[in-house]
Formats: sequence, structure tokens, C-alpha cells
Amino acid sequence: MAERTQKQKPTPSRTDEVVEAAPAVVGGSEKLKAELDDLLDEIDDVLETNAEDFVKSYVQKGGQ
Amino acid sequence: MAIPKVCGIETEYGILVRGPVGENTRNPVSASSLLINAYLAANLRKVGWDFEDEHPGSDARGFSVDDLLEPEIETHLVNAVLTNGARYYVDHAHPEISTPECRTAREALVFDRAAEEIVWASMQAANALLPAGAEVLCHKNNSDGKGNSYGCHENYLVAREVPFGRIVHQITPHFVTRQIVIGAGKVGCELSGVSSSDVPFQISQRADFFEEEVGLETTLKRPIINTRDEPHCDSSKYRRLHVIVGDANMSETATLVKLGATSILLAMIEDDVVGDDLSLANPVAAIRNISHDPSLQRLVTLRNGRRATALEIQWGLLELALKYERSHGLEPVGHDVGREVLSLWEGILTGLESNPESVAHQVDWVAKRRMVEAYAARHDARPGDARLKALDLQYHDLRRDKCLARRVGLDVLTTAAEVHDAMTNPPLTTRAYFRGRCLAKWPTEIVAANWDSMVFDIGREPLRRVPMMEPLRGTAESVARLIDESDTPAELLARLGS
Repeated sequence: MAERTQKQKPTPSRTDEVVEAAPAVVGGSEKLKAELDDLLDEIDDVLETNAEDFVKSYVQKGGQ
Repeated sequence: MAIPKVCGIETEYGILVRGPVGENTRNPVSASSLLINAYLAANLRKVGWDFEDEHPGSDARGFSVDDLLEPEIETHLVNAVLTNGARYYVDHAHPEISTPECRTAREALVFDRAAEEIVWASMQAANALLPAGAEVLCHKNNSDGKGNSYGCHENYLVAREVPFGRIVHQITPHFVTRQIVIGAGKVGCELSGVSSSDVPFQISQRADFFEEEVGLETTLKRPIINTRDEPHCDSSKYRRLHVIVGDANMSETATLVKLGATSILLAMIEDDVVGDDLSLANPVAAIRNISHDPSLQRLVTLRNGRRATALEIQWGLLELALKYERSHGLEPVGHDVGREVLSLWEGILTGLESNPESVAHQVDWVAKRRMVEAYAARHDARPGDARLKALDLQYHDLRRDKCLARRVGLDVLTTAAEVHDAMTNPPLTTRAYFRGRCLAKWPTEIVAANWDSMVFDIGREPLRRVPMMEPLRGTAESVARLIDESDTPAELLARLGS
């Protein structure tokens, strides 16, 4: 749980968020891009080292 | 009159064993058994499941199909009841957890999260039994990317008196279009003849696997509406609508809205306020077309000839739900939870319409797609690149150090404390309370348990079966004191008057 909580936001009223979005969106998208870059850096560390083998070996039996 | 929307969720997890182990251990049935047994051994004494009540061949449409289907549950496999009222078992070569019956979508979300934590704890327990260098991996997803799918099913209590045909016609538009809100996203396509350059990314894990509108099957020719009529309660009063058309979600918001919006719509159908205006001409084609178009622009044809996007149909359903809230209230789903769900649902539709990235903290497919596209841009990965599929799989990986869903900034709606509590304690508000508390207090005197009864050994013949045909009886309010004050099951049964 702790790992997940780090980016927790309060649950805002979406309608309000959209109404005030116009000026905030520019700054917001910069922030999103920075977050995305951090995420990609992190993914480079945690993605299976041999993605091709991992994907190939991931075979499940059909269920319901 | 709408009845309380008791609900639950059952998830089959993907499973894989890696490292220096033999074929036997790699076999998914053995691996699933190892996983569950390791958890049980580490945590509690096993109480077996009682199959007295299982009739998976009963059909809600009213005809018998005994000749068509064998019972789907293999009784020789591991099958246990947990003290939180859940069932933990091996089903079709997958570990599966069915949450206990919950009174609201919010409760069911907590128990679904608890199920994830139980599987994670099971992985730790199983790894401790495996040779060094070997590990068991579990994924909360619905497909291996090679045409094999496994389910995340929802269950809802509905009034028997509501004609089943009305439920089918009126809930189908939601089941086809709700994926834009709660789809878990998938890299590529598993329909034969469709390549990953045709469909590099789609909205739903499961849409490729639905071939019929209505039917009894769950493993082949899967239907959008499953007709399994196995209410696990008083069948003269209730149905259990068994929904097989959803994705397993990593986003808590998605799980809450999935269960909550469907509960509200089912209450509305019971109160007959939905109508047929949004009926689709071809639901099977529509569910795939919508899934294959993350731009959300594709039009599907309604039975009245009108054409609409999935988003327009979702807005239509939400507007009906808001109107229902004003005319009838939301008591059948719990007022506060219902209000929260409607607000989240509306916010997500608004976001999808204006700027889908704005709901990446709530909607799994949006979060996954954003991650996959950014990764592809950085590493110049083309459709079909194994790394993109690895990202998809790892989004659902339950290993905490590998799980990508934990890293994309999804909102968290539960607390660690309530999830931890739900791993061992039952909900207070349904008969699962009675099941879970009795199991915790008298593990050796309970011979067997299932959804609608428990069998006690009270030290003398015969064994005593306690029927639990009412999902909302056996709650903490009605039996907590009785259980607290009884020293033995015999005393409890005497006081229950059975």
C-alpha cells in the first residue's frame, strides 16, 4: 500500500477541476511530462531484463 | 422495487513458475495448489468447500442443459474458505479468489484489494517452499496475449421477479460500453487475422473473447450476458447476476465504478426506469469495435437506427442514473457510495471527452496506454515489439518491485489498515460475517462451508447444516453478540434456534 499512496490525490470534484482547467493545463502538462520521464527511467530499471523471453514464456491456460 | 445490491467479485489470476523446478511444479494446476496451500499452511487451518449447493449448469432462461455441461468445478482441487468469508481455490488452472458477499461496491473494492494482498502473501509463502532461484509469479490480468483468457467476474443480487429478458436487454449497452471507463487496456489484439499494427493497443483485456450476446458458457464462445442461474440463496426471491464481461482492474477507482455503476443500473432495471432507447443492433461487434478504438470516435449502431459513440451511450446511461437518484434515491446501493460512484463516473466521462490523459490516475487503459506510448517513443519500439507486451504484462504483476500499475500514479481509495483487516475479517453487513466469524472461532468444528450454508460438527451425530439463504441475514448486527457469547458451536446453534 505504501508505494501506491505516494501519488495519492484527494478526490476532487471533477466538474470543478474541468472548469478551472484552462490556465492550469499548461503547467499541469509540464508536470505530467516530468512525471512520465521519471516513470520511464524507473521502467528501464524494473522491466524484465529479457523482455522477449519473458513474453514468450508467459503462457496461461484458458480459464473462465 | 429495487432490492439491496449485494455484490462480490471473483478473480482468476495468471500464474507462472520460473527457475530451477521440474515440469510438475511448472504445471499451472500444481503451481496454483502450491500457492494456495502455502498460504493456508502459513495462516490457518483449511476448511473445505461444500459442493452441495453448486449447480453451474442451471440456466436463467429456464431450460435445462445438464447434458451440455459438466459441473465446472473440479472437486479434487484445493478449495478453501477464509475467515474473511472469501473462497480461495484452484479453478481452470488458475488461483482464484471470490470475495465475500458485500453490501456495497466500496466494501467489495476493499475485499478485492485484500484478495490481491492474499495472493501476494501466498507468493511469499510459496517461494519459501521452492528451491533457491525459483519463484512463483501472479498477475491480475485476463489474458496472456496468445489467445488464452481467464476471468474477473462480478456478482450482483437481483430480484427474481424481474424478467430476465429485461435485464439482458437493458444492461447489455452498459456491458458493451463501460469498458471506456473500466477497461484495463491491452497491447495488441488476439483475434485471428488481426495484427498488432492493425490494433497496436486496445481498451479492454477481454473484448476479443466475446462471441455471443447471451449464453451459459464461460470458457468457450463467451457471452456478454452469462445466464448461469445459481443464486446461492433463496432462488424464489433472488437471482445472482453473474457478469463475466469485465476486466480485472489495478485502478481502485475502476473497481469501485465498475461495481457501483453496474449496481445502480441493476437497481434501475428493477425499478423499470431504463427502457430500450440505448439497445445495440449488434453488441458482439460493438464490444470489439469499441475496444479497438482508443480514440473513442467509432460509432456503433443502435437498434433504433441511430449511431452513437461509446462515450455518448455512457453519458446516456449516466444521465438516466442521475435522474434515478433524484426520483428514487440510491438506497439499494448505499446512498453515500452511490453518490461517490456517480461523481467518479461523471468525472471520468468528462475527462475522456475533453482530454483522456486527465484521467490517467483513474482509468487503467489510459494509464497503461500513456506509459506504453511514452516508452515506445523513447526507445523507438514499433508495434509488435516484445518490450511493449512486457510492459502490458508487468502492469498487472503482483510482485511489488515489478508492478508497473503501482508506479503510474493511480489514485488510492482504500487505506492500508482496512485492506489488511479485510484479509482476515469478514464484512459486517452480510451473511459472510456469520461464515467468517464462525470459521475463525471454531475452525475444527466446521466440517464444510459454502455460500449458503455451513456444516457444524457439534460432537454428536448427526452433523448439523445451518442454511444461510438470506444474504443480508447473519450480519454483525444480528449475530455478533451470539457468536461472542457462545463457547461452543452447540451452544451457538441452540441459541440460533436451529
